[in-house]
Amino acid sequence: MKAAHRLLPTGLRGRLVITFTLVAIAASALVAGMGYGLAKNALTTRTEDVAVTSVSTALERITLPLGSLWPGEPAPTAQDLEELRSSLGGSGRQVVMEYQDNVYAGSMLTIADVPNELRARAAWRLVTQRVRVADRLWLLLGTQVQRTTRGGQVQPTGLKVFVFVSLDEEERLLNELRSSLATAGGITLLIALTGALFSARRVLLPVRRLRDAARALGAGHLNTRLPVRGRDELAELTATFNETAAALEKSVAELRNLEAMSRRFVADVSHELRTPLTAMTAVTELLLEEAERLPKAPAEAVRLVLHEVERLRVLVEQLIETSKFDSGAATLSLETVNVNDVICDSLEIRGWTGAVRVEASEWLTFHLDPRRFDVIVANLVGNAQKHGAPPVELTVRDTPHGLEVKVRDHGKGIPPEAIGRVFDRFYKSSSSGSGLGLPIARSNAQLHGGTISVRPQDPGVLFTVWLPRR
Amino acid sequence: MAGILLVEDDPSVRTALELALSRQGHSVTAYSTGEEALDHIRARRPEIAILDVMLPGINGVEVCRRIRKLDQLPVILLTARGDDLDIVVGLEAGADDYVVKPVEPRVLDARIRAVLRRVESASSDRLTFGDLVIDRGALKVMLAGREIHLTPTELRLLLELVRHPGQVLNRRYLLRVIWDHTHAADSRLVDTCVQRVRAKLERVPANPTYIQTVRGFGYRFSPP
Repeated sequence: MKAAHRLLPTGLRGRLVITFTLVAIAASALVAGMGYGLAKNALTTRTEDVAVTSVSTALERITLPLGSLWPGEPAPTAQDLEELRSSLGGSGRQVVMEYQDNVYAGSMLTIADVPNELRARAAWRLVTQRVRVADRLWLLLGTQVQRTTRGGQVQPTGLKVFVFVSLDEEERLLNELRSSLATAGGITLLIALTGALFSARRVLLPVRRLRDAARALGAGHLNTRLPVRGRDELAELTATFNETAAALEKSVAELRNLEAMSRRFVADVSHELRTPLTAMTAVTELLLEEAERLPKAPAEAVRLVLHEVERLRVLVEQLIETSKFDSGAATLSLETVNVNDVICDSLEIRGWTGAVRVEASEWLTFHLDPRRFDVIVANLVGNAQKHGAPPVELTVRDTPHGLEVKVRDHGKGIPPEAIGRVFDRFYKSSSSGSGLGLPIARSNAQLHGGTISVRPQDPGVLFTVWLPRR
Repeated sequence: MAGILLVEDDPSVRTALELALSRQGHSVTAYSTGEEALDHIRARRPEIAILDVMLPGINGVEVCRRIRKLDQLPVILLTARGDDLDIVVGLEAGADDYVVKPVEPRVLDARIRAVLRRVESASSDRLTFGDLVIDRGALKVMLAGREIHLTPTELRLLLELVRHPGQVLNRRYLLRVIWDHTHAADSRLVDTCVQRVRAKLERVPANPTYIQTVRGFGYRFSPP
């Protein structure tokens, strides 16, 4: 089934061309066949008529005494009969005669070439038949010569004459006709094929344009439109395509607009939140010190508020960072840095130096954005400390393709159903944390053209960062 | 203890920072606009200016630029987090350091102290490198006989580089020594400060002779 499909050209163009050509062949074959049949018929009839007339006339002129002789008439000699035979012949004619058990024939054709059935029929009337002898086509006429007696009676004479009229000329004419018809057919076929190709092209060109336009639409060029020409079905289809594309463009634009608006809203809210947070953060330490002097309950309340202010601060910073990635405003500022230094600084400013076992070459340098790399390291290590258990190990390896950083903890790990979602925004396997740290780490890696992957270990979890060499 | 000029438009933030900085022992004069601050800067003679970047009227970067025209008063910019362009533009305008909002008073205090740290003018020696004369006693830099005005931070950077002639000092080291930053990611501070010093020192800042860049490592002072 499939193989058959492949053998036949299933394209619209192929099918159109084949159909057109088949119709052209059938029509021209029909016309040529009919014409040829008529021509052949006319030619044959004419040749036969001519031959019959001329042979009959020749036979009527025979004066030789034949058959039952009249008194005083000498019987024809073999020579007389031979003369008669050659007189009946002529250009393109061969004559065979049979008289009183003797056969008179030329050098070329004999009585054996006359079909028996015709010989029998020729006894009564003039019969004709086409025969092929010695690779040539003949019209064979056979008859018994009649003689009118003095009494006016017509008597058969017993002389059977068989005239082979050559049909070479006729055959040549028919051959010529055939070959001209074949030529004409070939030309017709060629014209049909050209016409088919041309009209297939004309029909298919708009189809192909539609296909290209649909493809462009699919590739995201939503402003693709096609000129509508004419009033046929294809024009209708083109118009429908344009309407659909316009509707699609409009709704996508609306969606994008909404999305941009909600993104801007998140960014704006985050920015607005930053100002009160700045004021609150500024007085945090002051309040913390004052809390020492307060009674237990209000002191607890102050500490709680300050703790939540800190949480809010982290959340707002991460929201701002996330909205930057979403709006495409995040840029890389690459420089060649000592990787170990960046990692050590990153841990040191967060007070994690003692808590993490770092394994990195002291001299390893790499081309990256140190601030973004710092965010990646801080988020992964922070995550390991918050959700995992010590020891937290950080391993840096320089591979031929890039930089590989592994962060592993030895905690109870992430449940299997959660491991695929750890990079989803606001996905939290526990109640602590913002749920934005790992997505931000991954966005930062992706901005470098790199990846972050997660794999469960026994015990704990392993995060692997890979950044390509630039 | 330092006289601080604070410019911040948001009243709550202004009050909170005043409270926090006063508690650290500084005397703070706060203004809500850059114009107001510039009007009073001569009279008050603060030791350091802390400027919010986003201000109504002229912004913090512009205030910084105008302060630089007047004198070498150290400037710390208060910027919104991650607005990278602001930071670079601010540093190029001559700011000595920046802090990101929301800032912890502890961090801000440390930055203030780092920027205000006095250059030790112990040995009263003069160093001569071609046209360049550095008087480590008087803390003066002369180029072809004319005095060059460097901000305290710029002077400290130059003196640190000069102290190790021919030796490459990496950004991380310079960040720690001059700005007290422990974060390698803040290396733009070093880069912009070097550019500013070069602009004042070098004949062709794009093709420096005194302070050379060693790509991927840091900077080197090489006497001609």
